[in-house]
Amino acid sequence: MAQIKLSGLRHSYRPDPQGEADYALKKIDLTWEDGGAYALLGPSGCGKSTLLNIISGLLVPSEGKILFNDQDVTSLAPAKRNIAQVFQFPVIYDTMTVYDNLAFPLRNRGRDEDVVERRVTAIAEMLEVTEMLKTRASNLSPDNKQKISMGRGLVREDVNVVMFDEPLTVIDPHLKWKLRSKLKELHQRVRATMIYVTHDQTEALTFADQVVVMQDGEVVQIGTPVELFERPAHTFVGHFIGSPGMNVLPCEMKDGAAFFGGERVVLEGPAEVGGAAEIGIRPEFVSLSSNGTGIAARVRKVADIGRHKVVEAIVHDTRVHAILEGEAPNAGDAVRLDFKPSQTRLYKDGWLTSRPGEGTR
Amino acid sequence: MKTQYQRAWLFVTPVLLLVAFNALIPMMTVVNYSVQETFGDNLFFWQGLDWFEQVLRSERFHNALGRQFLFTFLILIIEVPLGVAIALAMPRKGFWVPVCLVTMALPMLIPWNVVGAMWNIFTLPDIGLLGYLMNHTLGIPYDMTQDPVAAWVTIIVMDVWHWTSLVVLLAYAGLVSIPYAYYQAAEIDAASNWAVFRYIQLPKMKTVLTIAILLRFMDSFNIYTEPFVLTGGGPGNSTTLLSIDLVKIALGQFDLGPAAAMSLIYFAITLLASWLFYTLMTKNDNKS
Repeated sequence: MAQIKLSGLRHSYRPDPQGEADYALKKIDLTWEDGGAYALLGPSGCGKSTLLNIISGLLVPSEGKILFNDQDVTSLAPAKRNIAQVFQFPVIYDTMTVYDNLAFPLRNRGRDEDVVERRVTAIAEMLEVTEMLKTRASNLSPDNKQKISMGRGLVREDVNVVMFDEPLTVIDPHLKWKLRSKLKELHQRVRATMIYVTHDQTEALTFADQVVVMQDGEVVQIGTPVELFERPAHTFVGHFIGSPGMNVLPCEMKDGAAFFGGERVVLEGPAEVGGAAEIGIRPEFVSLSSNGTGIAARVRKVADIGRHKVVEAIVHDTRVHAILEGEAPNAGDAVRLDFKPSQTRLYKDGWLTSRPGEGTR
Repeated sequence: MKTQYQRAWLFVTPVLLLVAFNALIPMMTVVNYSVQETFGDNLFFWQGLDWFEQVLRSERFHNALGRQFLFTFLILIIEVPLGVAIALAMPRKGFWVPVCLVTMALPMLIPWNVVGAMWNIFTLPDIGLLGYLMNHTLGIPYDMTQDPVAAWVTIIVMDVWHWTSLVVLLAYAGLVSIPYAYYQAAEIDAASNWAVFRYIQLPKMKTVLTIAILLRFMDSFNIYTEPFVLTGGGPGNSTTLLSIDLVKIALGQFDLGPAAAMSLIYFAITLLASWLFYTLMTKNDNKS
């Protein structure tokens, strides 16, 4: 097990990168603490798989270093790094039995057969595949195949990090949830550092203690699921996490106060910027005003999604989402919206600029 | 489950007719010849299974069959491993892929009698490139018109040259269909090159290799044109394979009855061997 440190990492798939645009990864400095459960979240093509392959050693970065416990492994082969990786599509050795599949990484490293047996039995127990050990791996269902792939990663006791590259892509929805909780349970039992790459926010937020959000080859924010939800560092994070995502409303800053369509909006705290900026507020913190104050809006659509209702309202040609519990207005109604001041943030050029504090009323 | 869709037969009819005209009906005439004796003038006499008995007891047939099996065995044991090895060595992407593929396909595009003629000239002791090189430059006596061993080496090498590409192309198709993640996983699992071949590449190539071996078996077992043009079955009878012998009996001696019986036996052997091989190779696939 190890702490993994990425320093000044850049990668381009082209031999002669010309400008920023040629880099799949733009400068990454990151530390993954030993034993943590991390998620790497971002849309397709944001560079998360590239980053993963660099950590596992399948790719050598154009620039920068990777340190495992302060030891430089940048040019070390994957087999030497003692890492495990689970791929999008289950990789199993068709002609072998489940037992031999699980034993494969240990046998290749010349472990004694009694050690192999002890480890394989323990891992099979954990993954609940004990009764399948004698079957041929090619006859398994996709979710069991993926379990075996995971098992091959976890079977070595000294593994530095286990990486998952969108491992639930080919799994049926009702089994996804089961495998996800299995994974969480495994992390608590084996305490290995785990990095989980996904573009699915639910997977990331349920699995990880710390989520790294990436966009266009850059890390946008690192934080706990709660932090990402409550204080997105960038409007991209606000959009990407949450359903529906954060409302981002154009505003004008005058004398430290924010004006949205001419009306003043109270922010969470001071923000020292002028000119055009953006107000960010989650739909969860938008409510209907009952005392006649608040911003005038017209309801365009109400979607009942079970536990709560998603109201889409129009304010000065801008769409604002609100999540309401219980009673909701009808489409076409004129309403007034209240923004919870402690959750109203200010963004300048996409980045968070307001600081928590006394609201500027 | 029993299906009740009788109209399907209607749609199979054109194929049935086609197969009937190009295979079944000509074959029935062979069956017809195989049980009769003729002295010309379209006069036929019933002969029963005598011809079959005669062929099966004939030493000449046994020898030709033995040579045939030896030939097929030798070319399979050379072409299959060699083809797989070449496929493994071929690049997977880049400029050289089409170059390799086209170069590989070239021998297969040459008409069979031309291949025979080419190798005939190529190996002529005094003017052929190979023949001259062997006899006059290297000083190794080599004349396939005189020496049975030289003749055998020549037809084997010629077939390897002509048909290894088929195995290469099929094996290559099997190899490129393996997802890259398998190699990555194997690398992480610290698998040796041999283990990658044994547990990833070979299992993934199994289906195409089955087809390759089957095709090479059938083609080599029925081979006629190339050895006929190259050696004519000689020197002596040393390279008289089954098909060459068959043509000698049918068209050389005009013994239609024995030739027909022989071709039916020949056909039965090819069919039986192919069926056995295919059944054995695919037996495990249906087990679950």
